[in-house]
Amino acid sequence: MADRPQPLGAAGAAGLIAAAVVLALTLGTALLTLSRAQGVARLGAADWAAIRFTLGQAAISAGLSVALAIPVARALARRRFAGRAALVTLLGAPFILPVIVAVLGLLTVFGRNGWASAALDLAGLPPLDIYGGHGVILAHVFLNLPLATRLILQGWLAVPSERFRLAADLGFGPPQIRRHIEWPMLREVCPGTLIVIFLVCTTSFAVALTLGGGPRATTVELAIYQAFRFEFDLGKAALLALVQLALSGVAALLALGLAVPQAAAGGLDRAVERWDAQGPWHRGGDAALIALAAAFLVLPLLAIFLDGVPGLARMPASIWGAALRSLAVALASGALTLALALPMALAAARPRPGARMVEAAGYLSVAVSPLVIGVGLFLLVRPIANPTALALPVTALVNAAMSLPFALRALIPAARATEAIYGPLADQLGLQGRARLRRLILPRLRRPMGFAMALAAALSMGDLGVIALFTDPSAGTLPFALYGLMGAYRMDAAAGAALILLASSLALFWLFDRGGRLDADT
Amino acid sequence: MPFCACPLLSDLWESPMRRTPLAIFAALTALPALHAAAQETPVLTVYTYDSFDTEWGPGPRIEPAFEERCGCDLQFVGAGDGAALLARLRLEGGNTDADVVLGLDTALTAAARDTGLFAPHGIEVPPLDLPVDWQDDTFVPFDWGYFAFVHARDFDPPANFRDLADSEAQVVIQDPRSSTPGLGLLMWVKAAYGDAAPEIWEGLADNIVTVTKGWSEAYGLFLDGEADMVLSYTTSPAYHVAAEADDTKTAAPFDEGHYLQVEVAARLAGSDQPELARDFLDFMLTAPFQTAIPETNWMYPAVTPEAGLPAAYDGLIRPGTALLLSPDEARAIRDTALDEWLTALSR
Repeated sequence: MADRPQPLGAAGAAGLIAAAVVLALTLGTALLTLSRAQGVARLGAADWAAIRFTLGQAAISAGLSVALAIPVARALARRRFAGRAALVTLLGAPFILPVIVAVLGLLTVFGRNGWASAALDLAGLPPLDIYGGHGVILAHVFLNLPLATRLILQGWLAVPSERFRLAADLGFGPPQIRRHIEWPMLREVCPGTLIVIFLVCTTSFAVALTLGGGPRATTVELAIYQAFRFEFDLGKAALLALVQLALSGVAALLALGLAVPQAAAGGLDRAVERWDAQGPWHRGGDAALIALAAAFLVLPLLAIFLDGVPGLARMPASIWGAALRSLAVALASGALTLALALPMALAAARPRPGARMVEAAGYLSVAVSPLVIGVGLFLLVRPIANPTALALPVTALVNAAMSLPFALRALIPAARATEAIYGPLADQLGLQGRARLRRLILPRLRRPMGFAMALAAALSMGDLGVIALFTDPSAGTLPFALYGLMGAYRMDAAAGAALILLASSLALFWLFDRGGRLDADT
Repeated sequence: MPFCACPLLSDLWESPMRRTPLAIFAALTALPALHAAAQETPVLTVYTYDSFDTEWGPGPRIEPAFEERCGCDLQFVGAGDGAALLARLRLEGGNTDADVVLGLDTALTAAARDTGLFAPHGIEVPPLDLPVDWQDDTFVPFDWGYFAFVHARDFDPPANFRDLADSEAQVVIQDPRSSTPGLGLLMWVKAAYGDAAPEIWEGLADNIVTVTKGWSEAYGLFLDGEADMVLSYTTSPAYHVAAEADDTKTAAPFDEGHYLQVEVAARLAGSDQPELARDFLDFMLTAPFQTAIPETNWMYPAVTPEAGLPAAYDGLIRPGTALLLSPDEARAIRDTALDEWLTALSR
């Protein structure tokens, strides 16, 4: 399809190439791992139990995250208040934290010995028992609610302000606005958001195990760990990864099938003003929602901050080298993410067969086991190069692939709208190829591109930095140094490193997101 | 329009600027490679677990000492933890770059021996200060420790697993599928109770706050007050004394005895530096290596240095009975023990 002379044919081809790269990283690495297996792998009852648990908790976590994110995003979309911009930036934070830091932060607030339990104790109540299925969900909602809020908020703010103007002229109240403006937007945005969070939750391991309270909370990734490390059964590890990939792929296509692109309409890019929902009840409700969500998100971050400050003085000088390496990885990974995501988004945005497959391919990168990706890449790289020497580039590449779904989630709706609204005019004007990209698409995609790059860079700075078999302890990234400090009993210094990690991720996030700031008045 | 990302992002997309991060990358990664290539001295490659070669581990102390002795370049390659180390070796097979592997333990040595990748150590092993008799022609121990539950000094600990099961004490442990101490605990209960192990685990189920992926998470949870005790080593309190002047942690002596972890090294049969590899194993049991162990790895040295152990070790509990399954026994019961553990804790 790419060889037909049509608008952005080159970009279409680039989109397919990018999708192929992602497939090679996901399916390819799993198949390569499988090819090294000895004997035929079988999945036992415990493996199927792990698969069921994984899919179940991921579905609940994703559903709850999105269900809660909708009212929070709406409240944020229709209110202006001091600190809103800071809160929107902080929304990026939980998601980019290294798992271990997020878990300890959450437990400082919700643990047996946490703040919430202390408050309950004052009231004469027993402490919270966070460990169990509900703990897993709580942690996943903490990690993903902010992301869902950001993605849905993006949808709200992409609604042309003219629509709200018109709605005000027509005397629409909140119910009519919901029906005619918000619901169609949500039908387009929510399925993709849901599936991205679902997929992210399927590869959870340490969070699920720790907060799940034990082996009841065995996820597929843990079963893969067991197969690889405990049994050295590469076939089983790969098979588990492939089953997970297949189920995730089906889920992704189903969810994308639910998405209904809304009829696009242009606007003049004015700042969105809302004339509805100005009554005291609405205002109060929104304020309460925002306060609750902020407290839920900010308290664990505050815990990480308070834990980290004393540790700052005890950090080894080497932490700065690790921070610089992380920064290089983050920037490279951010750029790579955009290089993959933009052509894929443009290919997926065009109404033609295969568009949905390109989008689904992009989502799958988070659904494949990080361990299996590491093993597959190791098998691929080792015959030609020293894996340790390639630790940082491989980390950047894998991080870029892992960030892709979020970048696509941000880019595709905007790309689709741009094509629908301005595509015909651009075609008439003969605006093609580079000129079209430069004059039309890049300016129109500025916000989501900023957000995508911000998220990719921040994510890369944070947790995904530890790829099995590609680590180099003497030249590791910041998350790696943090794990190293913890492993050497230096929990204080590790808390300090976590604070630096949090601060630098947020700074990166803010810097790139700033160009595409949601409240920017163009 | 105070700030616009479009020039920045389109630059990244279309101009040579987008190569900048990649160029930084290439430079960062190429430097060590060039450095290595510039040296003509023989290279001894030692695969070890990550924490061995961090700046707090023994690696940085051992490396210059051995390099001075051998006139070679000692290079550590970190590969996760002990189990990941063995998995990596199995992935690489006969054409591994490793000359020596350092950091397996007796839970892994049976499987390691079966790979056929290892050669007999061929060194004169000096008398070892291990609480058990050690005979092995391939694997040379370099340090050891007792698994134990660490707790605050003001906590009244149970005296054994049955006590623990009957008590209200809350413990945090590691998953045997992803963690070395986690697997050690499995072996501990099995070595102490044999066929009664499932019953012990059933009794312990309500004492286990949670199970973590690795040691760090568990220890972090314990320090944050989430549990009364954490599965670690009898030597853990020595860290707090030596590095933090904090004497408030101690380990609970269990009267059924404590399971041992013995960490070993071995040389690879396919090594292109067999002499250097043998020399390294020999060096491993000498003072420069062994003195580095207690305060970096926080384990007992396999050969106690002449100067003795650091003062911080004085206050540690010394279990009366050391439990250790032979490598073959450990391998034989591992899967059963895991099943029993999973069954008891999955209820």
